[in-house]
Amino acid sequence: MSATALDTPPSRLRLGLRAGMIGAVCLLAAFPVLNQLPETHALHVSDFLVSVSGKWICYAILALSLDLAWGYAGILSLGHGAFFALGGYAMGMHLMRLIGPRGVYGHPVLPDFMVFLGYRELPWYWLGFDNVAFAMLMVLLVPGVLALVLGWLCFRSRITGVYLSIITQAMTYALMLAFFRNDMGFGGNNGFTDFKELLGMPLNTGAARAALFYASLVSLVVCYLLCRWMTATKYGRVLTAIRDAESRVRFLGYDVTRHKLFAFVASAMMAGLAGALYVPQVGIINPGEFSPGNSIEAVVWVAVGGRGTLVGAVLGAFSVNGLKTWLTSAAPDLWLFVLGGLFVAVTLFLPKGLIGLLQGRGK
Amino acid sequence: MARLLALVLMVALALPARAQDAFLDALAGLGGGFGAQAEAADRLGSLGDPRAIAPMRALSDGRLLRRADGTLVIRTDSGGIEAATGAPADAAGAETVRINNRVRVALRGALGKLQLVSPDAAERLAAAEAVFRSRSAENVPLLDAALARETQPRIRERMELALAASRIVATDPAQKRAGIATLGASSSPEARAILLEARAQNAELLAEIEAAVAAIDRRLAVRRAAETFFQGLSLGSVLLLAALGLAVTFGVMGVINMAHGEFVMLGAYTTFLVQQALRDIPGLAPFALPLSVPAAFLVAGLAGLLMERGLIRHLYGRPLETLLLTFGVGMMIQQAVRLAFGAQNREVTSPPWMQGTLMLPFDIPVTANRLWILLFSLAFFLLIVAAIRFTRFGLEMRAVTQRRPIAAAMGIRTGRVDALTFAFGSGIAGIAGVALSQIDNVSPNLGTGYIIDSFLVVVFGGVGSLAGTLIASFGLGLVNKVLEPWAGAVLAKVFVLVAVMVFIQRRPRGLFPQKGRAAEA
Repeated sequence: MSATALDTPPSRLRLGLRAGMIGAVCLLAAFPVLNQLPETHALHVSDFLVSVSGKWICYAILALSLDLAWGYAGILSLGHGAFFALGGYAMGMHLMRLIGPRGVYGHPVLPDFMVFLGYRELPWYWLGFDNVAFAMLMVLLVPGVLALVLGWLCFRSRITGVYLSIITQAMTYALMLAFFRNDMGFGGNNGFTDFKELLGMPLNTGAARAALFYASLVSLVVCYLLCRWMTATKYGRVLTAIRDAESRVRFLGYDVTRHKLFAFVASAMMAGLAGALYVPQVGIINPGEFSPGNSIEAVVWVAVGGRGTLVGAVLGAFSVNGLKTWLTSAAPDLWLFVLGGLFVAVTLFLPKGLIGLLQGRGK
Repeated sequence: MARLLALVLMVALALPARAQDAFLDALAGLGGGFGAQAEAADRLGSLGDPRAIAPMRALSDGRLLRRADGTLVIRTDSGGIEAATGAPADAAGAETVRINNRVRVALRGALGKLQLVSPDAAERLAAAEAVFRSRSAENVPLLDAALARETQPRIRERMELALAASRIVATDPAQKRAGIATLGASSSPEARAILLEARAQNAELLAEIEAAVAAIDRRLAVRRAAETFFQGLSLGSVLLLAALGLAVTFGVMGVINMAHGEFVMLGAYTTFLVQQALRDIPGLAPFALPLSVPAAFLVAGLAGLLMERGLIRHLYGRPLETLLLTFGVGMMIQQAVRLAFGAQNREVTSPPWMQGTLMLPFDIPVTANRLWILLFSLAFFLLIVAAIRFTRFGLEMRAVTQRRPIAAAMGIRTGRVDALTFAFGSGIAGIAGVALSQIDNVSPNLGTGYIIDSFLVVVFGGVGSLAGTLIASFGLGLVNKVLEPWAGAVLAKVFVLVAVMVFIQRRPRGLFPQKGRAAEA
């Protein structure tokens, strides 16, 4: 590791955070085990809590990917939900192919909605999705290629700041409109659902849920370490410099476009992975995932946690979603006020998010 | 009913005496035996004289009475009228004329033909349509007679088409040619269908029919193009309205206001409230919409003022944070409106002068409210340009935009100008809401649909350029509508989004980039 903040002696805050993170991961890892305890047991973790925290872990990966783009490269993407949804759709296509003849119409190859819409054969872009390796490749490649094209077009012509934000938002909006169409071959507004199995495991069993939970948790840890490694290397330092003074870095001779593009594509792939892990856990994917509101909600997770810190993004994803889960059942009318208020409060009073709050304490 | 009949009779009296005699001749037959009645009905039907309608209807309803001297009286609720003249008459002592099924059939047929000359315009139109569809050479004299007395251009047009369609199936080639020529001069798809049908049966007239079809096709193409053009302009005017406020707040001030759509929505709800408040005041109710314009400007402007003074001014120079903050505020406004008014659509009625459909030349149908909105958006645009160009406030606004420190040094209170400019832009959004309430559903998420489009318009046109906003909105509106027929509404929208993104590649500062030092910042 080259010259990074990590070379300086770890502060008390940093040590505390590190201990907290390891503790939190261990706690989460214990959830599926504790779920097996009898319901009367004091340490029993309910099915609901396991499944909802599995979702939150996926959101945390999405927040992490967004923090890499926004917090370190200064790319405020208002369309990261699109990468998440594309990963989810790629996974959904695999799951649909695995249903095989067990659909309502019993067609050996075509998913139900295709039979319903009168398809004779599988569209070409569905070929290969029955293979798990190919599908997983697509989970990463489809969002990655989209980010590559969009990023190349934008970064090359030095579109930055709010312009880039608006363009990414327009992108996810356009994709949402497109995926709502029935003749796209992605199930129209119903999307994909009724999944049966993954890797030979029936999805409705506790074992499958636990396996997906652990897969998500491991992915989160791996993504976090990856992001930390990326941001701590020389590459990461240049990226941060670009965020703070793009023209200056360009004049120093760095290829700004390439640096930003790499971060953006890596971030999109991570978001795609998060979506792919999310879909089998919630059992449905539809074009609503592309709605601009979803993407901007992810931005608020990062902002609440504290951008440019990685841990903050994860913390933000868990705390905001925890609040959301609690409020939408306790006082559903209030949730949007609270979410809107979070935007206002974080930008005005907590520019460094919860992590900034902790730092203030630590000093 | 009696008055209507009298009116018909007065019209009928102007007819030549010969026709009157034939009418009176035939009328007398209605009082005879069943055979004579049926024959009289047939004759009256072919005469095409509207005076025959009342007696024949009366006969089929059992209200026709015969006096001892053979003259006929129609029994009405208030007494009776003469069948021949329509003058009031005494029905006492007259006995009901009876009919059988044969007469009934003859009456029905005759009345059907006479509908072409009925005093009721809607009935005449319906009859013309029916004759057009049935297409029989027998109808030619009848249509001739009806055309001779028809005065309404719209019905004349349909009758001429029906006549031409009937002539095509006649045996006389001259008649056929006349029919083909008339159809070829029209611009209706139905006429085209009839010509194509006739093509198979009339090999000798092939060239003429082909020419007529081609002529119709040309006119139809022109009409379609004109329709598309108008739709594009209409969409452009909506985009212009939605984007104008943004062009001021984003374009001039550089503030990203993601709550812009919510200000539009507030304007639409203000329209609804003004309409509800004035509903029961007879003198003011028709002016609800014009009065909503200043009201919406004030409501949205005030909301904008509060937002600028309370929140946004703390974040100047931090555009990304402003974006997030305003998004949050928009979310709260939306939820507040949803709680106050409910999630369902609220009904805003259009004033009478904005309802209905107008016909422009070339038969282009145009909905009145869309035309009004188009005119309104253009007038409104000019007003805003004038306000920025010619008022003291506009001058200060431009000064602060171009060089803030110098403007401040000249004694302009920049903070006040910022607040007023933002309020001005928000107020414009409110006025856009008034217009959009006429063509869109007034619901809490009215604004969300416009925000992305508005940003694209402003960015495409060039930030800071109102003229660019004008051209960009009409340009995007037209492109969208031109693409729509062969790409579908959704894909057309996607294409436009992609096209704007690619365009920004070539010209990152839009169609009309701002020049000068301010642009470099």
